[in-house]
Amino acid sequence: MAEKVLMKGNEAIAEAAICAGCRHYFGYPITPQTEIAAYMAKKMPKIGGCFLQAESEVAAINMVYGVAATGKRVMTSSSSPGISLKAEGLSYMAGADLPALIVNVQRGGPGLGGIQPSQSDYFQATRGGGHGDYRMLVLAPASVQEMASLTVKGFDLADKYRMTAMILADGTMGQMMEPVSLEFPEAEKVEKPWATTGTDMARPHNIVNSLFLQPDELERVNFERYERYAYIEANETMYEEYLMEDAEICVAAFGIASRVAKNAINEARKQGIKVGMIRPITLWPFPVAPFAAAADKVKSFISVELSMGQMIEDIKLATSCKKPVTLCNRAGGIIPSPEQVLEAIQNAAKNGGAE
Amino acid sequence: MSQTQFLFSGFGGQGILFAGKFLAYKGLMEDRQVSWLPSYGPEMRGGTASCSVILSDEPVGSPIVTRPDVLVAMNLPSLDKYEDAVAPGGIIFADSTLIERKVNRTDVTTYYIPATKLAGDNGIPTLANMIIVGKLLAVLGEYKTEAIETTLGKVISARKAAMLEANYKALQIGADFE
Repeated sequence: MAEKVLMKGNEAIAEAAICAGCRHYFGYPITPQTEIAAYMAKKMPKIGGCFLQAESEVAAINMVYGVAATGKRVMTSSSSPGISLKAEGLSYMAGADLPALIVNVQRGGPGLGGIQPSQSDYFQATRGGGHGDYRMLVLAPASVQEMASLTVKGFDLADKYRMTAMILADGTMGQMMEPVSLEFPEAEKVEKPWATTGTDMARPHNIVNSLFLQPDELERVNFERYERYAYIEANETMYEEYLMEDAEICVAAFGIASRVAKNAINEARKQGIKVGMIRPITLWPFPVAPFAAAADKVKSFISVELSMGQMIEDIKLATSCKKPVTLCNRAGGIIPSPEQVLEAIQNAAKNGGAE
Repeated sequence: MSQTQFLFSGFGGQGILFAGKFLAYKGLMEDRQVSWLPSYGPEMRGGTASCSVILSDEPVGSPIVTRPDVLVAMNLPSLDKYEDAVAPGGIIFADSTLIERKVNRTDVTTYYIPATKLAGDNGIPTLANMIIVGKLLAVLGEYKTEAIETTLGKVISARKAAMLEANYKALQIGADFE
């Protein structure tokens, strides 16, 4: 087993990206993810990579587009307001079927908001963020180890499906330190015959573009893209189930919220309440199957979120609203306490599951 | 199953985050589950720093310490803010050079260490934080020379090797303080 080191979540993302072969990073500083850029600034020049602090987020995402078009692994990172600025580029990359890794270490919003942890960019991440019909792979780490391993996974999935993958973390995940092992499984090598690497006069030009003026052609590429999305939905969901075997109440939470929820669930179990948790690791594709299965067994769901309630909509969709889903939340940069989650669980138990 | 939750708090510049990091790394060296979470943002910009450290034999759930078993308060605002949060039966370590008042709680054990003065008197004025950590380790029965040396080697970069000896000295002063 590789030696474990103590690292901040942000640093773990940066180091894992380098391990995954990423040699191009473009970004613009913003709290609470600046350690990623700082780490890259230090490391990239030493390993023949490129770190560039762009003049703006808009510039950074378009540099990512450029490198992605050459088939190289490339990433950018930001926090909520910065991701909004990058949304145009994300839409263009979707339209051009370009793979890249995007990191969003979320802070409270909307607007400039604050700099404390939040999960209120769930809608933006899982619904694409920019204009047009498209999806991003969205991975939600709940530990520093997952900040690292999902970064590597994100690059692999992005290459495999020619689309952007987003790490959707939050300020806590970015700032906290935990032991992490930086040993990762070897990924399948993905050929990129579409990349603009120079023809050497030996092949036709590759063109990377998102402009399709003929509606027939544009419709065709959209339909093709959605076939790919359907395949991903069927094959790439990731989630963790915690004490769900006999659960009568199902907590749903991702990232830092799932850590807090786990404390509350352990406490509730001591009080004899049969409660478990489904923790989505992929937010898109959303793990519909475990929620659909749970809907036939449990009495109710509680969605624990650092937002005004966003994932709760996906839970209602996944369960076809068969059972009540209540929200247990804080917003604006505040994290729910284990006591608050415990109270929500106790209330659900008292009401036999119904609100 | 054993888990201890620590909260370190003080002014920015007192080495609060480093003290927590040292303790977390020591836990890692001993194959325990650990987490370290700093305050950041508006709190820090107001001049106070704090960090949550959890050492556990089980995977750590929430990394946020709201009910510390052990509080290290290195200035008065920290003691004022967190005294009531300490778990009953918990321990408070206070830098008595900077905190003139006594702890009000009667259900906790308090150690008053004039860490800032001891650091100054011993020519290591920036290491009051590690003097308190030394005392903390001694009180918890965790002052083990070998583990401490290995941990210092991990948290102090080779570039700052000169600091190794000073940190070790600070820990010892703390551990020996009655």
